[in-house]
Amino acid sequence: MIEVQNLTKRYGAKTAVDRVSFKADESEILGFLGPNGAGKTTTMNILTGYLSSTDGKAVINGVDILEEPLKAKKMIGYLPEQPPLYLDMTVEEYLKFVYRLKKCKLPINSHLNEICDLVKITDVKKRVIKNLSKGYKQRVGVAQALVGNPPVLILDEPTVGLDPKQIIEIRTLIKKLGKNHTVILSSHILSEVQAVCDRIVIINRGRIVADDSSEKLVQNLSADHKLVVRAEGNPAEIKKLLSSIPDMKEVRINRENVEPGVSEFYLNAKDGCDIRREVSKRLASRNYPLLMMKSSELTLEEIFLKITTGDMYGHADRIEAGMSGKLTDKA
Amino acid sequence: MFAIFRREFKAYFTSPLGYVFLAIFYAFSGLFFWLFSLDMGSTDMSNVFLMMFMVLMVFVPLLTMRLLADDKKQKTDQLTLTAPVSLFSIVFGKFLSAYVIFAIGVAIMPIYGFVMSIFADVSWLPIWGNTVGLLLLGGIFVADGLFVSSLTENQMIAAIGSFFINLVILLLNTLVNQIPSGFFRTVFESISVYSRYNEITNGIFSLSSVIFFLSVIGIFLFLTVRVLEKKRWA
Ligand SMILES: Nc1ncnc2c1ncn2[C@@H]1O[C@H](COP(=O)(O)OP(=O)(O)OP(=O)(O)O)[C@@H](O)[C@H]1O
Ligand SMILES: [Mg+2]
Repeated sequence: MIEVQNLTKRYGAKTAVDRVSFKADESEILGFLGPNGAGKTTTMNILTGYLSSTDGKAVINGVDILEEPLKAKKMIGYLPEQPPLYLDMTVEEYLKFVYRLKKCKLPINSHLNEICDLVKITDVKKRVIKNLSKGYKQRVGVAQALVGNPPVLILDEPTVGLDPKQIIEIRTLIKKLGKNHTVILSSHILSEVQAVCDRIVIINRGRIVADDSSEKLVQNLSADHKLVVRAEGNPAEIKKLLSSIPDMKEVRINRENVEPGVSEFYLNAKDGCDIRREVSKRLASRNYPLLMMKSSELTLEEIFLKITTGDMYGHADRIEAGMSGKLTDKA
Repeated sequence: MFAIFRREFKAYFTSPLGYVFLAIFYAFSGLFFWLFSLDMGSTDMSNVFLMMFMVLMVFVPLLTMRLLADDKKQKTDQLTLTAPVSLFSIVFGKFLSAYVIFAIGVAIMPIYGFVMSIFADVSWLPIWGNTVGLLLLGGIFVADGLFVSSLTENQMIAAIGSFFINLVILLLNTLVNQIPSGFFRTVFESISVYSRYNEITNGIFSLSSVIFFLSVIGIFLFLTVRVLEKKRWA
């Protein structure tokens, strides 16, 4: 279990993390979502004892990271933003080094083999890390965090730089690990944390702006009123037809002729209005084949906008605090 | 600590750095041995040891520059500093790895003594004394190199910085000779590494000198730990 209370980190005049509090229960996967420069890495570095906080405290399974650092660190496996790999070592040498460094007691060979199998790096075990691809380096980084089987895993953007297949593999792995570990992972991508996490904490400019279970948050943030639609037929006429839907605010032709005769439309209905059925019915009634319909994913900016304007948590003060000004740090 | 020592020690031999250092060490000590002892028909090796001060002053920084600077640059410090090990054991493990390489180099010195003993009578006491002196001096060079390496991410700067400290250590002695005798002279004399080393190479081997060398090593290691600690609060 991880408990963070009023964590604050200042770099000179700049406050990177501002009174952040949250909790992760045992066997919970907590997603830490925020744009670039939000303070995710800083928070994780404090949790793992790499940095010291200016104020506030972080407690891992009842052990304060500042008061008993060695005891707390023993319970944490950490994958930093950039995997901490010694490039001159082979994968096997490196993992053995980590094993000794962490003073593990488990049987070394079977333990390391198990980890290698789990993150699928068994076939590169004898290779020098320098020569591995980015995705494999990332996996060795994950493997390193798993050495010693710590009950708490802190993973900073674990899927960054991986190909889509590997992303799915790592997500599956994290879900599996979440069954008997407490996991905190950070990400820029809502759909990613939504896919693997039980709980989502959204952080922006050093402050928490939302903290809720995945389902609730996603439900509140769902964008059924914003659709991307592809239909076959005269684009101008289809646009006219769809514009006549009562709750529709805006219809835009994204691209004509995405396929021969098919155009893509962007639909924006009034907040909270599910227009999917109506779109499909109207197109069918006029014999315009509907070829694709999906809700457009909210970008992080849209999420923040929604949280601030929608006041979905009733904590106007907290939200306002986190959102005043522009999102200057975003990429 | 042992894990760190083992890794760093091995790393000296996966890169050519360890070999290069030992080659330089053996080449220079061999050259001086030949010039000052064999060629001049003298079994007094103190000149050889004095010259080694200069050589090591330049080349030990090459051995230590990587130790902490590169960890920071490659972000591997995120592994060591978040592992359940104390800062001191990280620092000491790194110190030891470079120091053992250095000691392997020094091991050649008594071997020269044996070579000489084939041809002539040698007085062994000064040779052993000098060897111990070299080991103590090297400890200071390695420790200050490690300290500078903790201050920067740049290996080049680490090496130059360490060389600079070694130079100051040497110049401190020249400074002493400029000071008229009195309180300050006594103070500076007692902290002059070079004059103490010189003492040892002349066969004067005092406990206070040994304690002095060990303390200087200890101070640099302590400062290194402090630097790492302070960085967390940055
Ligand atoms: N050593 C430092 N000195 C000064 N400011 C820093 C330092 N490290 C981080 N910051 C600042 O703190 C803020 C938070 O940075 P942090 O790396 O935690 O963000 P992040 O959420 O991890 O972003 P990203 O998604 O880009 O990884 C940023 O504005 C950054 O500029
Ligand atoms: Mg980050």
